[in-house]
Amino acid sequence: MALLEVERLRIEFPTRRGTLVAVDDVSFSLQEGEVLGVVGESGAGKSLTGNAIIGLLEPPGRIAAGEIRLSGRRIDNLPYEEMRKIRGKQIGAVFQDPLTSLNPLYSVGQQLIETIQTHTEMTPTQARTRAIELLAEVGIPGAERRVDHYPHQFSGGMRQRVVIALAICVNPRLIIADEPTTALDVSIQAQIIALLKRLCRDHGTAIMLITHDMGVIAETADRVAVMYAGRVAEIGPVRSVIKEAKHPYSHGLMGSIPKINDDKERLEQIEGSMPRLTEIPSGCAFNPRCPQAFDRCRVERPDLMNAGDTLASCWLYAHG
Amino acid sequence: MAEMHAPLVKVAGLSRYFDVSAPWLNRVLDGQPRLILKAVDGLDFEINRGETLALVGESGCGKSTVARLVVGLYRPSAGSIVFDGVDMAGLGGRAEMAPIRRRLQMIFQDPFASLNPRGRVSAIVSEPIRAFRLLDDERLIVERVGQLLRQVGLSPVDGEKYPHEFSGGQRQRISIARALSSQPEFLVCDEPTSALDVSVQAQILNLMKDLQRQLGLTYLFISHNLAVVRHIADRVGVMYLGRLAELGPAKTLFALPRHPYTRMLLDTIPDLDMTGRQRTPVAGEVPNPINPPTGCAFHPRCPFANDRCRSERPEPKLNDTGSTTACHAVEEGRLPAGPLTQAA
Repeated sequence: MALLEVERLRIEFPTRRGTLVAVDDVSFSLQEGEVLGVVGESGAGKSLTGNAIIGLLEPPGRIAAGEIRLSGRRIDNLPYEEMRKIRGKQIGAVFQDPLTSLNPLYSVGQQLIETIQTHTEMTPTQARTRAIELLAEVGIPGAERRVDHYPHQFSGGMRQRVVIALAICVNPRLIIADEPTTALDVSIQAQIIALLKRLCRDHGTAIMLITHDMGVIAETADRVAVMYAGRVAEIGPVRSVIKEAKHPYSHGLMGSIPKINDDKERLEQIEGSMPRLTEIPSGCAFNPRCPQAFDRCRVERPDLMNAGDTLASCWLYAHG
Repeated sequence: MAEMHAPLVKVAGLSRYFDVSAPWLNRVLDGQPRLILKAVDGLDFEINRGETLALVGESGCGKSTVARLVVGLYRPSAGSIVFDGVDMAGLGGRAEMAPIRRRLQMIFQDPFASLNPRGRVSAIVSEPIRAFRLLDDERLIVERVGQLLRQVGLSPVDGEKYPHEFSGGQRQRISIARALSSQPEFLVCDEPTSALDVSVQAQILNLMKDLQRQLGLTYLFISHNLAVVRHIADRVGVMYLGRLAELGPAKTLFALPRHPYTRMLLDTIPDLDMTGRQRTPVAGEVPNPINPPTGCAFHPRCPFANDRCRSERPEPKLNDTGSTTACHAVEEGRLPAGPLTQAA
């Protein structure tokens, strides 16, 4: 059984002018110890999907349909207190901005100890020892001393390490990492990626890595889901999606990334931009920008279908 | 008028210091010294006509300060910026600056903050035309704005709209149209695509290249993204703590990096070719620029540092690949060629 199953998830925002569907019919699953990358442009619904899984969807956004199951247990309809026990213990979270994820009024040690004691039976002394171990594990030098420091005394990269320590402090089986390296410099980004990979290997933690940076995905993920306008455009092994994307959108997305050892005079470009939620076209959401669109794409919405190594929601791969 | 083969922009010994001391009273009461942040500290470079020079570096390395110095938003603390034969640091007031101002324009990172939300696009784009009194006739201005909007891939009817009606990429197109409206020769672009999604970034980078070819523009391009820089730039300068670590043609710099910092940066780029290359993330972070390390500022993170690196600041020297490198180890031949990971 998969660790995490998301089935036909639909997230809506009721507004005065009607209901906006921000995530529409998204399904995927995540195995134990697997890293699933979720990539897409701003507004594609990748962060909303992550927030829905950890039960932190901001109102008025709501799950309108579908199911989220963790180890077979349905978690999308749990009461707040129940979900609070799962969050932190079974699902950890790492967000983009490490400064806003930490409480500026408490030392990082206090924050770690609080989290550890909420979810385990440890005594304060044991929890403190564990907190120091954790800081050392995420690569913070001088952990015994640093445990009593406050968030502002850490640099951006070190803060993100503290946030990761918080996310893994009670050995969750799944970490939702939402743009964990976006706010960091490239050299620090490489360090954080290496850290996440090591944790995943050492503890068998599964990671759902949400990012707009295909490079980060290429380095880290086993499988990748490409999202567009609230839907999964393509999902498959990371190598196949990067090397030979099947969906015209993921193909265009790959071509638009400047590469370091490339002498191309012009980048491939996808004309236009992603539609607003109020203006999602009928049929395939990508059809107005798609160079290969035909009549069926404009009227009928494609589901994920078999496209060789990957699944793509594209009529080009309809068989029969 | 300078000759055509002379560089359009020549920067020598450019420095900008910021006083970040506590207020005078606190300093006196607590006996604190003055604190000076050397954001840019002795930079030399030239930009030739029609080429793109890119400056890359991590946050806090001073690259945006250079951009602001070059367009005259900051005055240099020391050094000179010679634009087409005229030293801008020596120019007095607005009136003396005006003829130069028209010829250089800036594109900012955030297209949400750099456009007046209350102005119609036509007003935003025509503002430089009016400010420099390039056209008098209102009909000609309208015509010119339409032409500019078409040039950046928008439509003349978009002039009637307000910035909030556009997406990030389209807003950046409006910024470019505005920058082009005074018919400048030189554009300073400070992270123009960092706030954009990759597919939109590709559109903007392609547009910038097309415009450069059509209009013979010269770019100073500031970015933290090495792949973007590799794509757009002819020459690249790598900055570290207010100084140039290495400067050279983009091709050579990326193929044969010499400075250990350049090699480290190149090594951090995620591997999109999926070659399975093992990367060794370099430890450490950029030090506090208020209190930079002695000698070579990179020495605490450099695997090749010795006593000389810790005490004596390296000056930029021409190396065997035709780039200039500020590194004792490179100069002394202590550093093997090739990737850092293999050498270390």
